This record gives sequence, structure tokens and C-alpha cells, in this order.
Amino acid sequence: MDQLQAGFQLHHNGQNIATLAMTGNWVEGMGGKTFSEVEADLLSSGTENFTVDGSDLGSWDASLMAFLLHCHNACVEADITFNTRGMPEGVEQLLGLATAVKPHKPVLDDNTSSLLSSLNPMTGLRDALAKLAKSMGFIGEVVVALSRLIRGKANTRLVDFWGFCYQAGPDAFAIISLTSVLVGMILAYLGAVQLQQFGAEIYVADLVAIGTLREMGVLMTAVVMSGRTGAAYAAQLGTMQTNEEIDAITTMGISPMEFLVVPRMLALVAVMPLLTLYANLLGILGGSLVAAGMGISPTQYLNQTAAAITFTHIFVGLFKSIVFGVLIAVAGCRAGISSGRSSAAVGEAATKAVVTAIIYLIVADASINIVFQQLGI
Amino acid sequence: MNAETNTEDKTETNAKNKAEVHIGIRNLTMAFGSFVLQRDLDFNVYHGDVFVIMGGSGCGKSTLLKHMLGLISPAKGDILYDGLSFTHASEAQQNQMRQRWGITYQSGGLFSAMTTGQNVALPLQLYTGYNESQIKDIVAYKLSLVGLAGYQDFYPSEISGGMRKRAALARAIALDPEILFFDEPSAGLDPISSRLLDELIVQMQESLGATVIMVTHELPSIFDIATNSVYLDAQSRTMIGYGNPSDLRENTDQAVVRQFLNRGIAATGETENE
Repeated sequence: MDQLQAGFQLHHNGQNIATLAMTGNWVEGMGGKTFSEVEADLLSSGTENFTVDGSDLGSWDASLMAFLLHCHNACVEADITFNTRGMPEGVEQLLGLATAVKPHKPVLDDNTSSLLSSLNPMTGLRDALAKLAKSMGFIGEVVVALSRLIRGKANTRLVDFWGFCYQAGPDAFAIISLTSVLVGMILAYLGAVQLQQFGAEIYVADLVAIGTLREMGVLMTAVVMSGRTGAAYAAQLGTMQTNEEIDAITTMGISPMEFLVVPRMLALVAVMPLLTLYANLLGILGGSLVAAGMGISPTQYLNQTAAAITFTHIFVGLFKSIVFGVLIAVAGCRAGISSGRSSAAVGEAATKAVVTAIIYLIVADASINIVFQQLGI
Repeated sequence: MNAETNTEDKTETNAKNKAEVHIGIRNLTMAFGSFVLQRDLDFNVYHGDVFVIMGGSGCGKSTLLKHMLGLISPAKGDILYDGLSFTHASEAQQNQMRQRWGITYQSGGLFSAMTTGQNVALPLQLYTGYNESQIKDIVAYKLSLVGLAGYQDFYPSEISGGMRKRAALARAIALDPEILFFDEPSAGLDPISSRLLDELIVQMQESLGATVIMVTHELPSIFDIATNSVYLDAQSRTMIGYGNPSDLRENTDQAVVRQFLNRGIAATGETENE
């Protein structure tokens, strides 16, 4: 008996009675079978009384139990009386335990979406509008929280604000330095190749200065910050959502907006202009390195740069940095607050924060440029 | 140690037929840096025991469990499984030993990115030769055992805390383990599910011949199902009770242990008869 493969034999004895004789060793690796092999046969035979006979059974493990449970559930579903006979004692016990609670039947949603309905432009539009409404709702809540802060009624802690400033600011110096110097160099190379054709290499300084101040310094800083800080905000808030910390804050009567979102947003808004100034400086330095390689002396380069820089250019960069700071914080915090409650959801929230932030940045940058162009700034 | 004196007769009654030592804790000291949590822990868990680790909050119950699981290395001493040292085994040997264990953690430890069904199926897919349809049946069976039939497609975040505990148990018993470890199995369960879980633990223990190690302070569970136990004391930082909990309640000379087993009532426990 020890070497016998697991198997069974279905007998129809009498009109409505069927017996399934179990044979062999029902353990892993003995060619175990599944109930589906006899299911159709059994259900079509009009059996009303079904017995599983275990008197010829060898050793057994979970595979036998899984088989019996499947048997039992199929019989219950088809209104067949299920009996066992000659089973080892442990099997009876475990089967009793496994069938003590009825299987959970999921309640089916009536308006399940089909492929066709997903093509309906109206549902798509409605979803997009609902999303937009939620985003606007979030921004509205932030504005309310900020107005409470101005009136001195908000539960925002200064300690949190300083902490986030430190996280977002000094901690980011290294990576901002690297990216700005390199972007400054890239700008210089780009201009140098073209300008050399006209013998106007000296204007590389103008190109780098204006390009960095108005555009590249702030944009690169914002991209780095959305990957660094925006994603961190989403992950922090998402984890707090998972740990029920946000529930705890809400039930303490504290608005999560005031307590969690406002200090993060203000920290980014405070730090972004400073980081942008720093990035601008290093960008110009990067440009000067390239220019030095082309035979322009540092003094020449600096003079040319100083002549090119006006207050307007600096203002444009700083204005953008504040707008970008708000956008990164909104994208990060919104993704975190609306995150699901599992570890996978926190990851999704972080991804969403970065992707949304970068889309916001590009769109905002383009819009601001168009407006400033029209205004002649 | 006072507990040592009445060790001999207890163990004889606890494991009449299966007197083989399954897990041996030898002279174990648990410490975080220079802070010693417990010292001189020395006891045996026998085959087929339902062994409870008891003690007040912060005495190192869960830490002892983590030492037994090899998640924390002991500061001193050794842990033996069937006479083989776990502490000094190579990583490959440790992982081989671990395959025969089933563990449920305090907050479940389910993989939140997988459905309960996938959670239970994972060890089966990794370590057994069953095919997909058999695995599906076994997953359904294991979930039915813990009263979660039909919940295969739910994510851990979509079911209640108690259900998560039971799903974690289903995953722990997926491979029919030889040793089942529970960290606070019935914490957060209603009395009925808690009793069902106790019954289930005993059933699993009987049908698999498994040894059960539990960290718990649920007195009803302790008296219902525990065959042997150890009491860790936070004050003296060592074990001050060892043996069957019901016997301990009657016969221990340690006031702390008696008080614990009588729910803080210092008098002898006439009211709490089983």
C-alpha cells in the first residue's frame, strides 16, 4: 500500500446513490488528483446521496483534505447529501472544522463595467470631472487651512515647519549642486557650438546667465525636488494613512490639512527660492568652466554675465520657484493623503506624486512663459 | 531557581508518551547592547506540546519568540531544535529548519500587495510540487479551516483585523509545519473566534503532530489548551515559573506567577476553576 498512487473510483450503486472509493496514498508527489475530474460525471448523474469511502486509504495530507472539501462544497451547491465513511479520525475532525463556516459569497455589483461602457465618452468625461473636482476640493481645503493659519487659528506647529525646511533645503544641497553645474555646462556647450560660427563666443555668458536665471535653474531644481521631497511627502502621508495616524489626527479634532499639509507646503515654498538662487549661481559657474575651455577668461566672462543679468530675470526665476514649490507640495501631499492602506498603495502614491508634479511643472512653466511673453517681462 | 525544583514531575505528566525534547533553550541571555532583557533561560519544549510563553508587558515574551525564530541572535546561550543548534547552524541549515515552521506575527505579517489566496499559495508554490489546480484546492481548504472560505480574492486591507489574523494562520499552516509559532494569536479577536482559534490550534497540533509555541496573555486560552508554559519575570529578568499552567496556579511558590494566573487576584484561585 505504501507505494500506491493516489486515486479514486466512482461507483453508482442504486438510482440516486453514488460512492467514491478513495485509494492509495494521498500525499504530495503521489500523482494527486483534483475533484474537477469527477465533478461533471457526478453532477450529471442525478445523484442525491454521495458517499466518500476512505477505508482503502493509505497515508494522507492536505491534498486529500483539499479534495474532500472541494467535494463537500460541490455537493452542497448541487443539493446532494454528502457523507464520508471509513475515514481516518483526523480527516473527519479537520473536515468538520473546515466546513463549520459557510463559504463567503461575494455580493455582485450590478453595474459592473463592461468593455463597451468603458468606451463611452460620457463616463470618461464624468470620471475626469470627478477627478478634477477632487483636486479642486483638495486645493480648496488647503486654501481654507492657510486662511486659518493667517488668522492664527490653525493647528500648525512651527517645529514641523523647521523640520521640513531642513529636510527639503540643506539636505538637498549636494544633488542640487551637481545637477546645476552640469546643466550650466550643457547650456554653455549648446550655445558655444552655434555662436562660434559667428565668432560671437563671448555671448555664451549671456546665454548661460539668462537661460539659467529664467528657466533651467528653477526647472531643474523643481524636478529634483519633486523626485526627492514630493515623493517623500507622498510616502510619509501614505504610511500615516496605512498606520491609521491620519485617522487619529482627525479624531483628535485636528485638521490633517493644517497639521500635515500646510507645514510641508510652506517649507517647500520657503526653501525653493533659496535653492533656486543657489542653483543659478552654480549654473553660471558651470558655464564659466566651459567658457574657460574656449579661451574666454573668467574676468571677461563675469563682466559679460554681470551686464546680461537684470533684476527682471532673477525675479522671473524666483516667481516660478514659488509657484513650483506649491505645485510639488500639492502633488505630493494629495497623492499621500488619498493613498490606499497597503504597502503597494504607498508605492503607487509616491510614483503618482512625482509624475503629477512633473506634469504640473511643465504645464505651469509653459503657461508662465506665455503670459510673461505677452506682458513683455 | 525555584522553578527548577518542580520541573521534573511536571514534564512527566505533560508528555507521557512523547517525552522527546523538540526545542531546547540552553542558558539563554537576551540583551540589546548592554541592556539585559532576560538571563539564564533554560527550559525544554517537548514534541506535541502546546507551549505558552507568559509574562507581563515588556518582559521579553515576543523577544524570546524572535530569538527562537532566529530573527535576533542571542547574547549568550543556545537554542536547539531536535538536538541541533540553531544559533550555530549555517544560513542554509537555518533556512532548511525554518521550512518546517509556520509562523503568525502579531499584526499578521500578510503581504499587503497580495490577496489572501495568493498569500497562502506562495509557500505552496515555492516549496511543494503541487500543480496550480491542486494549490487552488489546498488554498481553499486552508482558508476554510480558519473560517475564511470564499475570501481568496480579498486583499488584507479589505478584511477585518481578526480575519487578517486567521488568514495569517492559514498561511502559517500551508506547509503542514512541525512547529507552529504564534505571537499573540487571539489578541483583538472576539471571545467566540478566539475560542475557535484555540480549538483550531489544538486540532492542527493533533492532526499534524505539531508542536505549538504561543506568546499570549489570554488566560482562558492558556488554561484551555496549554500543556506546558514558562513565565518570564520583568523584575528579576529571568524565568520564575515552568510547567503546566493549571498546576502552576495551584502549586507555584512565586506570588507573581500566581497573581498573573489569577488575573491579579492575590488570593488562591478558587473562583477561576476550569
